[in-house]
Formats: sequence, structure tokens, C-alpha cells
Amino acid sequence: MIYREAGQFRTTYAADQRIFPILQDRVGMVLLLAAAFVVVPLTASEYALSALLIPMLVLALAALGLNILTGYAGQFSLGTAAFMSVGAFAAYNLQLRLPWIPLLVIFVLAGLIAAGVGMVFGLPSLRIKGFYLAVATLAAQFFVDWLFTKVGWFSNYSSSGVITAQPMAIAGVPIETPVRRYLLVLSIVALMALVVKNFSRTRTGRSWMAVRDMDVAAEVIGIPILRTKLLAFGFSSFYCGVAGALWAFAYLGTVEPQAFDLQRSFQILFMVIIGGLGTVMGAFLGAAFITLFPLFLNWLFHAVLRGGEVRAGLLSQLELLCFGALIIVFLIVEPHGFARLWQITKEKLRLWPFPH
Amino acid sequence: MQGRVPGPVLLEVRGVSLSFGGVHALRHVDFHVHEGEVCAIIGPNGAGKSSLLNVINGVYSPNAGTITYAGETRRAMRPHWAAEQGIARTFQNIALFKGMSVLDNVMAGRTLKMRRGVLWQALYWGPAEREELEHRARVEKIIDFLQIEHVRKTPVGRLPYGLQKRVELARALAAEPRLLLLDEPMAGMNIEEKQDMCRFILDANDELGVTVALIEHDMAVVMDIADRVVVLDYGRKIADGSPAEVRANPEVIAAYLGVPTAADDRALKEAS
Amino acid sequence: MAFFIEVLVGGLLAGVMYSLIALGFVLIFKASGVFNFAQGAMVLAAATTYAGLVDMGWSGWLAFLAALAVMIVFALLTERLVLRPLVNQPQISLFMATIGLTFVLEGASQAVWGSVVRGLDLGIPDTPLEVSGVLISKFDLVASGTAGALVVLLASFFQWTRTGRALRAVADDHQAALSVGIPLERIWALVWAAAGAVALVTGLLWGSRLGVQFALTQVALKALPVIILGGFTSIAGAIVGGLMVGASEKVAEVYLGPIIGGGIENWFPYVLALLFLLVRPDGLFGEKRIERV
Repeated sequence: MIYREAGQFRTTYAADQRIFPILQDRVGMVLLLAAAFVVVPLTASEYALSALLIPMLVLALAALGLNILTGYAGQFSLGTAAFMSVGAFAAYNLQLRLPWIPLLVIFVLAGLIAAGVGMVFGLPSLRIKGFYLAVATLAAQFFVDWLFTKVGWFSNYSSSGVITAQPMAIAGVPIETPVRRYLLVLSIVALMALVVKNFSRTRTGRSWMAVRDMDVAAEVIGIPILRTKLLAFGFSSFYCGVAGALWAFAYLGTVEPQAFDLQRSFQILFMVIIGGLGTVMGAFLGAAFITLFPLFLNWLFHAVLRGGEVRAGLLSQLELLCFGALIIVFLIVEPHGFARLWQITKEKLRLWPFPH
Repeated sequence: MQGRVPGPVLLEVRGVSLSFGGVHALRHVDFHVHEGEVCAIIGPNGAGKSSLLNVINGVYSPNAGTITYAGETRRAMRPHWAAEQGIARTFQNIALFKGMSVLDNVMAGRTLKMRRGVLWQALYWGPAEREELEHRARVEKIIDFLQIEHVRKTPVGRLPYGLQKRVELARALAAEPRLLLLDEPMAGMNIEEKQDMCRFILDANDELGVTVALIEHDMAVVMDIADRVVVLDYGRKIADGSPAEVRANPEVIAAYLGVPTAADDRALKEAS
Repeated sequence: MAFFIEVLVGGLLAGVMYSLIALGFVLIFKASGVFNFAQGAMVLAAATTYAGLVDMGWSGWLAFLAALAVMIVFALLTERLVLRPLVNQPQISLFMATIGLTFVLEGASQAVWGSVVRGLDLGIPDTPLEVSGVLISKFDLVASGTAGALVVLLASFFQWTRTGRALRAVADDHQAALSVGIPLERIWALVWAAAGAVALVTGLLWGSRLGVQFALTQVALKALPVIILGGFTSIAGAIVGGLMVGASEKVAEVYLGPIIGGGIENWFPYVLALLFLLVRPDGLFGEKRIERV
């Protein structure tokens, strides 16, 4: 009864083109944002902020990036973490070498550098598709890893290869406490999520989806294939690059190239699959799930073992096993992920409590 | 439809040959379309009809020959260039964007008409929003015209076949084409759907002034709506003329039409 | 010059090992269109099972048979629990499912056998052999011989047996194969089992050289550029691709590595494959796809 669109007539195309044409959705979104921006900073513990919410949001941002590429534009990539890595190292070096640039500009520049690298590795996508492209993106993964490990300049010749992100400050205000870091990350992520939503209702997003669904037809109606694909690689990598910079600056503080290995790429890929390809909400749901699931498993194992001793590493191995199984289950049971489940719930809710 | 004065030649294909490996899809085909006419291409399966369309809008590059469109002669077209010049088309096996809604599919047809840069769109603000809404209004007219308003928000993958064909026509018309290439627009439809489709095509030709080249197997339909019929067989053109002329051509009868039946005669009479 | 030849031969012999992993990929891709990312994890699982059992005091042959049995059971389970429910899904879903399988296998084999590095001695001497001034490892020769034998075995199986014919029919066209009564499920279980057997052999050879450990899966990733080079459906391609990757990465490492910093083996094959793809998008021996509209 509550979730009903009856009586809400959209009389202009502008109203119909809104992100949330239904009033209840708009109210819900406002409440959610209010909770995220006001309630959470006031109530959440430092641990929850800096060990759960910040990484979750950053990973959601990377998942949004991969979603642009895979979900919207249909180009498969296993190199997500490489572009995060580029973003992190670019931000570090910019801050180090050009300290007068404001922090937010540095994040944008880091994103742009990642976008450039992404577009270079996206070039083959014109000739190759599907699995071939997926494997080709692995080249980015291994090459970037090698570059930052072997070429000392990137880590400022740190002997361990680890970089330590500089303390953050915006307009002279230091951003050090978990609450401030959380708010910074949240603002950036919310803004960038909005941009993806905007793409999805304009020409750019339509061109991406057209190339994804039927590239020959897309070409015939005048969509430039290479440009469209490269744009997707560029924006996707921009998102991943900013996520990488945030990972280093707002979450961990120190980063080594191995933080962005193939496993990280898989992790983000799983977020997108479990959350739902081609949806903004899916990226967040997927990120939340993948961040929280290990905690749940950990709790479960400890509950089952009741403090009994286990071999070191066993838990993480079982976690790996569960993750793998979970992915398969998801692919079989709900290939469109949480986002689809949410949509189905909403449709049911529309009829509730009179389903007939 | 017959008896209209043909306009100037809009498209001329001259001596085009196309082969895949050892298979010759087209052999020295000459073909032209006049501005404003409805031209039908017929022929048995594998005669090279779809290949001809694919050459015209640049999906395939011919091995020999030239294509002159709107006064410009080229060795081969390119899909993007063809689209820019106002050539739109539909495909034999429906090439819609399955994951997108009807509205998005038709909106995609207007891609080339949209000018706002990607950064404006990222913000969906000011000019970008205005542009979207302007085009939305145009697209709604086409959706109206083809009577698919009730499914505009439905993903095309969920629509029945007949409606999908209509959406594909809508997407092609959204580009406001000068030349419309239709590859079996009525294949697999029942009589009613075919009648609707014929009406849409003729209306597009009449009211929007679109030149149409179409491939069709249903001779009754062809006789009904075409100003001119071109017959292909084994990659060669074997006839070209008014429906009545083609219908009477012995070579065409041998290759494709077969011995006329009573129903065909009736269709022929109605057509002429 | 002798040094160059030594590097080259060493690379070629190492390439044979890549070919072996690639062979597993190709088998499965050919028969089921599934890009099996888990091939590397299968190598790990097979090798750890073998090494674990031998460490428990089993004899080599018994452990081999047991590991083979494990791989066959795995194949059957995969067919039943993963492939069959996903049969009408797009290929990319199946690919992601195999990434899931990778995690399952890696997690399971380490959970059961631990993550310690186990030595593996197959009793093949790793003494160098001198052939007209060039040193060649005996072990590598045995490995290549084994790989060669395996390839001949598989190729003749494909060519001469009824099941092999059915396999090729399935590879050509699933639906057509189904309609003439070829039992798809059985075929799939069979190729996965065959790929499992190939994984076992690969795991033993690699394992006895590097030790049986998690890093084996990293080595297995090298098979990806190999199949890109060779084409996804060609057994010959897997062999030639493997040799090319093996040889070129060694030569590059030795001659190019010192100039730009070493350790380039990790990405060189990918870049090579990438450049190659730009010229020939279907690989060396891949079937040319003609897009119809």
C-alpha cells in the first residue's frame, strides 16, 4: 500500500527522465543520503568507519568503474586492480612532486592518468572481443604490477616498494579523523555514482549499451565503435584510478603494488556480478556483501569452533572456498545479482498487500 | 503506387562484386534507387540480397565496383559515414539492443543528431538535459507513429517478434533517414501484422519523404507497395523494372517466381 | 651463439610445459565452449593431492591413481553442479563460474593438504646433457617427451575413436550434435575428466621442478597468452603457442631484462600475445569467424 505509483502522473518528459520518477524512491534516497551523511558519522564507531565503511565505499567506486566497462559497455576486464594501482601511485607521485596542487585536483589528475593508461590497454578492444579481451587486460595487470615494483622512481626509491600516502588536507582543513575521511570518501563516491546514473540516461550510456548488445547495429546507426569503447575504458579507469587513490590516501595510508594484484581484480569483478551488472545500486550492494561476507564467515567459523584451535591459514582457505562456491551459486540462481532481487521486491511491493 | 514520376537517382551501385573466400555473393551488380521511390529487391535465398544492402551501408566492402550516393562516388561505404549521410536500415534477424528499453533503442537511433559533449551529459545539466528532452519529444512522435507507446519502457528482449520488427523500424526512422534499407521487414509476420507494416512503410515514404529499398519474399506485398522491383539470382541482377514487368519476365519466373497461381494473378491485377 | 641456443632451447623446453596447461584449456573450450579459467587450479589440486598422498606414505602409482580419481570426481561434479545448470547462459557467465571454481579448488586443496611447499621427486635426474656444446636438462627432455606423448594420444583419440568424433561434432555445433543424439552431458564430463588428467600430468612435471605449491597457479596463468597465440580451439596451436611463449620470454628475459629491470617474464608473454592479436585476432590456428548480419 505504501509503495504505489498510482496517482503520480508524469506530465512532462523532464519528469519522466528523472533518476527516480516515483516519489517514494525519491524520499527513500533522501533518507538514505541523510543517514549516510549525518547519522552514520554521529553514531558509527571508529572501527566501523575506517575498517568497514571506507573500504566498502572505495571498493564500490572501483566496482562502479568496472560496471561502466563490463556492465554498460560489455567489455570484459580482469585488469581493474591495475588501474586502481595507477591511480594510487599517480596520486602519491603528484602529491610528492607537485605539493602545491590541491588534494581534490590531485585525485582528478590521478583518475585522468589512470584513464589514459586504461585507454591504451583498451585499444585492442576494437579488434578482439570476449575472452580474448579479458586475457588481454591481464597484460595490464601484470605489466603495471611489474612497473611499480621494478622502477624505483614510482615509489620514490622506497626500499620495500611501499608508498606512504601524504596526510590529506582540503583548503587547510586536515582530513585525518575517521569521520572526516569517511565524509570525504562518501562525498566523492556519491557524486561519481550520480554521474554514472546520468550517463545511463543520456547518449553516452545508450551508446555503451548499444555497443554491448549488438555492435554491428550500433555502428550502422552511427555510433563510433572505437570511440565509444575507448570512452568506456577511459571512464572506467578514471573511476578505478580515483578509487585506488582513495584506497591509498583515505583508507590504508600505505600501499604496495601487491595491494592491487589479480585477486583484487577478481574481488571487484565478483562485486559487480553479485551486485548486478549494469546497475549503480549493484556496485554498492556487491561491495557491501563482499566486504561483510568474510566477517560473517569468520564469526560463523568461530561460533562453530567455539574457540578451538585451527591451523593457521585454514580460515582464509575456507573463505576462498566459500567465495568460489557462492559465485557459482549466484550465477546459477540469480545471474542478475542483488539489483534484480531488489527490483523484484519492489514490483511485489507495488502490489502488496493485494497481489491479485 | 505505380505511375509516380521517379525523382533523381539517389543511390547508384555500379558493377559491384563481393566474395567471401570462394563464394561469390554479388557479381557485377548494377543497382539504383530514385529519390522518393519504394524499390523492392527480390530473389531466392542466397541470391545476395542482404549482401547488397550490406554493401550499400558499408557493413561489407565490395571487391570491385563503385557506390554513388547523393552525388558522391566511393569504392566502398563505411557504416558510420553511411549513417551520417542519412542511410538507415533494419536487419533480417532483428538487430535491436536487447538489454535496452524500447525508448532507449529508438533514442539510440538519434545518436548522430545529438551534439552535447560527454561532460555535459555527466552532469545532466542545462544544455544536455534540454537536448535529451528535445530528442525525447521527437522520438515520442515516432513511437506514436508506429503505435508502440504502450511498450516504451519495456526491454525489447521481452517483446513479441512482430513488435520487435516495429521497434527496429522506429529506431531506423528516428535517424530521420533519407534512404531506408529494410531487410525482410515482414518476415515471419501474420497477415494483420504485415498490413500494419506495409502501412507504416508507405506512410514513412509518403509523409516523411523517405526513400525505401526493401527486401521481401511475399510477392503480394512487393506488388502492393513497390514502385520498382529488382531481381537477384546467384549474385547477379536478372531483372529490373515495374512490378508488372518483372512479374512477366520469363527469366524471373524460371529463377524465382515459378508458375503463377490464381492468387498471384489476383495480386498482380490489384497491383497494376 | 652457444649461449643463445642454450637459452632458446631452455625456453622451448619450458614452453612445452606451458603447452601442457594450454592443452587442458583447449580440450575444454573445444568441446564445450567454456573458457576454463580453473585449469591452473586443477593443476594445483591434482599436484597437491598426489604430493600429499605420497607424503602420507602412499606409493607413487597408488597416489597417481588416487589423484586421477579425484580429478575425475571433480569433473563429474563440475558437469552436474556447474555446467548443467548454466547450460543456456552466455559464455561469459560460464567463464565467471570457472573463476568461482578456481577459488573452490584453491581453497579446498589448501584446506585439505595445507599450504606448505612439498617437494616432489619423480625419480627423473635433472642432470644437464651436453649436445654439441649446448647444455640441455634431462628433466626437460623427459617432460617434453611426456607432453609429446600426451598430445599424440589426445590427437589420435579425437581423430580415430567414436567418442572423439562425437567430441568434434559437439565442438562444431552443440545443437546439431544434440539433435543427432550425442549425449552432451557425458561428453562434457569426459572432456573435463581428460582435462583433469592433463592437469595431473602437468602438475607432476611442474611440481617436481618448482615444488608443489600455490605458485603453480601463477605459472598456469601463463597458459592464457599461449592459447591467445595459438587460438582457443587448436591443439597444434597450444603446442606452438607454448613453445613461442617459452622461447620468447626466456630470450627476452636474458637479453632485454637487464636493460629494463628484469622480471619481465611475468608480463612479456601477455604483451606479445596482445601485439599478436592486433595482427591476427583469431590466433595462429584459430578459426576465422565471419560475422554475418
